[in-house]
Amino acid sequence: MEQRIGVFVCHCGINIASIVRISDVVKAIGDYPGVIHAEEYKYMCSEPGQSMIQKRIKEKKLNGVIVAACSPTLHELTFRNVAVRSGLNPYRCEMANIREHCSWVHHDKDMATAKAIRIIRSLVEKVKLNEELEPLAVSITKRALIIGGGISGIQAALDIANAGYEVILVEKSPSIGGHMAQLSETFPTLDCSQCILTPKMVEVAQNRNIKLYTYAEVDNISGFVGNFKVNIRLKASYVDWDKCVGCGLCIEKCPTKVSSEFEENLSKRKAIYVPFPQAVPNKPVIDREHCRYFATGKCRVCEKVCELKAIDFEEEDKVIEEDVGAIVVATGYQLYDIQKIGEYGAGKYKDVITGLQFERLLSASGPTGGEVKRPSDGKVPKRVSFISCVGSRDPELHKSYCSKVCCMYLAKQAMLYQHRVPKGKATVFYIDIRSDGKNYEEFVQRAQEEEKINFIRGKVSKVYEDNGELVLHAVDTLSGEPLEVRTDLVVLGIAMTPASDIDKLTKILKIQSDKDGFLTEAHPKLRPVESLTPGIFIAGCAHFPKDIPDTVAQSSASASKVMEMFGHKELSHDPMVAWVDEDLCSGCGICISLCPYDSRVLEIKEGKRIATVNEILCEGCGSCIAACPSGASQQRNLQDNQLLKMTDAVLSE
Amino acid sequence: MKVLYYPGCTLKTSARNFEDSAKASMKILGFELEELERWNCCGTVYSLSSDDLMHKLAPIRNLIRVKEQGDNKVVTLCSMCYNTLKQANELFREDEDARYKINSFMEREKDYEGDVEVIHMLTFLKEVVGFENVSKKVKASLSGLKIAPYYGCLLLRPRSAAIDDIENPTIMEDLLKALDTDVVDYPYRNECCGSYNTVNEVGLVVERTYKMVNIARSSGANIIVTSCPLCQFNLDARQKEVKEKYYDFQEMPVVYFTQIMGKVLGIDSKYMGLELHYVKPELLI
Repeated sequence: MEQRIGVFVCHCGINIASIVRISDVVKAIGDYPGVIHAEEYKYMCSEPGQSMIQKRIKEKKLNGVIVAACSPTLHELTFRNVAVRSGLNPYRCEMANIREHCSWVHHDKDMATAKAIRIIRSLVEKVKLNEELEPLAVSITKRALIIGGGISGIQAALDIANAGYEVILVEKSPSIGGHMAQLSETFPTLDCSQCILTPKMVEVAQNRNIKLYTYAEVDNISGFVGNFKVNIRLKASYVDWDKCVGCGLCIEKCPTKVSSEFEENLSKRKAIYVPFPQAVPNKPVIDREHCRYFATGKCRVCEKVCELKAIDFEEEDKVIEEDVGAIVVATGYQLYDIQKIGEYGAGKYKDVITGLQFERLLSASGPTGGEVKRPSDGKVPKRVSFISCVGSRDPELHKSYCSKVCCMYLAKQAMLYQHRVPKGKATVFYIDIRSDGKNYEEFVQRAQEEEKINFIRGKVSKVYEDNGELVLHAVDTLSGEPLEVRTDLVVLGIAMTPASDIDKLTKILKIQSDKDGFLTEAHPKLRPVESLTPGIFIAGCAHFPKDIPDTVAQSSASASKVMEMFGHKELSHDPMVAWVDEDLCSGCGICISLCPYDSRVLEIKEGKRIATVNEILCEGCGSCIAACPSGASQQRNLQDNQLLKMTDAVLSE
Repeated sequence: MKVLYYPGCTLKTSARNFEDSAKASMKILGFELEELERWNCCGTVYSLSSDDLMHKLAPIRNLIRVKEQGDNKVVTLCSMCYNTLKQANELFREDEDARYKINSFMEREKDYEGDVEVIHMLTFLKEVVGFENVSKKVKASLSGLKIAPYYGCLLLRPRSAAIDDIENPTIMEDLLKALDTDVVDYPYRNECCGSYNTVNEVGLVVERTYKMVNIARSSGANIIVTSCPLCQFNLDARQKEVKEKYYDFQEMPVVYFTQIMGKVLGIDSKYMGLELHYVKPELLI
């Protein structure tokens, strides 16, 4: 068929037009072989711009379209949809990037104009050889996997389950609930954290669409969007949860005491334990590492007292396989290691504690029953100092980012301490206060004005113990005065970091994380809950430190992205993938080792080794094509002959 | 084994005991401290606080002497000499412009590239000698000694010159433990002694010394150990003024780590130089 190509040149307001002489471009490209129409418009992506292209395609019977404008990552889809609406195969439509690649990076108008013409010419040559492709269809398993059972995972699981889809929720600890279950009261409303969380935990347990695996970890994931296969390791709990009724006798009689993770090491739990009374499921597990029987071969007291014979020391880890179509990663956070903070004693002083530990001291269900008592001697502290930005905003030594929630929770904790110990003196040391949420600033002002909490702008340089008191060296940067403050308890607003096993998980899932280990979103503004791997979504503090409202909002957003996917009958996959010329392929397998998506597979065809392509897995990255020594691997609509023609068009006069 | 060593001016005068005890101890450990030829003043540390490159000539000239002697490593005892040489050296490694200017200015000297390694004696003992080897040579037991190691600032700051973790150093404690002595943990071990304020702000140094000695004592110490002659002077000699101001103040001896090491390894008492101390370290006699 004769080439009838139309070129549409966009001004992008003044973004392109102030550097590139658009009329010269239109004139030059209009004379180029194969181009039968060239036209300009101020904003091609606007409604009138799009209709103009649509009209011209029909009017001039165009069978190829080039829009010379911005980057295809921004508007390729926009203009390919215009092509579809005009009856043109969308893969016969391409964008020539004359903004990012030309007008934005040049000053000389003559040279920029000449370069724009060359860029467009090369795309004309590409379109000439573009095949009419059809998207590939992929089936979907409409079942979602949520990794992490904190508030983030709980919210995502409930949203998806309530929309009518099946959900598998995997949590590595014995109960869901996460860090939110440890908190006392929440800012800025001071409502009880447990009171708003535990009903949701129960809802998860009772929802028929949710299959809950606690004390379990994701071992491996294979497959691709819509069709993942997940291996889940159910860690041996040594308790048959079907038989166990949760009477608690085994826990009572267990002779081994170890530090409680849930109580942030402020109290002890048994070696057979339920992390906290409201746990879901409310069934115990045996901590193999600390259990006396596993250590010495003697004990088995729990087994003796269990009338239901629910204890099973022979139990082993079990790996099960589940099929899912989408995955939400909601693995949350942990606190930065206090031992790295040398200037505050590196965990040496019992009365220098983390914010989470103070939450437990404030919590009605905590080790002190909600009375604020010092860990060292159990006395009520008359003075408490709170230090913000510990390990955060410290690019030289620790973490460069702001952990986002510390300003607010320290203000809250100071306030709650003041309520519990009315004669106590709370002091908050801060660099600056970040209260950027609804009613947050009002909350901090209330702490300062009404509750009379002493806020000192300045960082604490040193904390040490002296005669049962703690001494803080600091500076008040508003008055310029060096301070030596004596106090009874120090609470650190310590940095939040991703969960410890996030690196293992990103490798299993093949998703990306940033320098600090937080998961990377597909686009920082426009695709905030998708990972770069299709079908895998991110939520909560695994993405970045955030407070409960933001976590819940992001988790619901992830859930709605999953539901959007599940709303389709099948998924479509970009057809611009690799293909192999079987006559040329020698079966050397270089492509197989390079493919990041496991889409290249060695097969024997008529006695010959061929590296075939699983088109559904291929993301069209081009690694295998560049590496293929015989030129057998090619990419649809980016064939070698197209690239050569494009290069010629760029380089020729 | 011979080790090229830069003494600095104080070690030839008021801190002779630092050098003497170090040399004698190192001999027992099988190392001979060989003095750098034609060395000059290190430049002292306050010169580094300005951007004036002229102040860097003295330390750099010393490093050129090291190269002349065919070596590329030099050990120091005095914390301040260590810090000054180390920082000037770092500047030479990092700042091409400064390197060019200073090299051009000192046209009669050979060009210097920043390739000498400046090592403090504590680091040398840890990494080259090995604390475990020091431990093997222990002869005398110093029971009754409760030592408060004092780092001050020059071994730890700035970060580029630090010989150990800035906030939580352990190198001195590790050496003292290898010497089979009792070490006390106290919070002021990396505070500043007041430094040169001892010249024109005596009151400030007196206050710091008062605090430092008291907190060391309340933490259970009966002797302070340092590696800096200026810290030693401030914490030791200024106790005279402290005593005049606070009548109930109890004095505490302040010695160099090499004196403890020497005593434990069994060096001749003539190298201890205890007569140079204001507060007599009775426990070392």
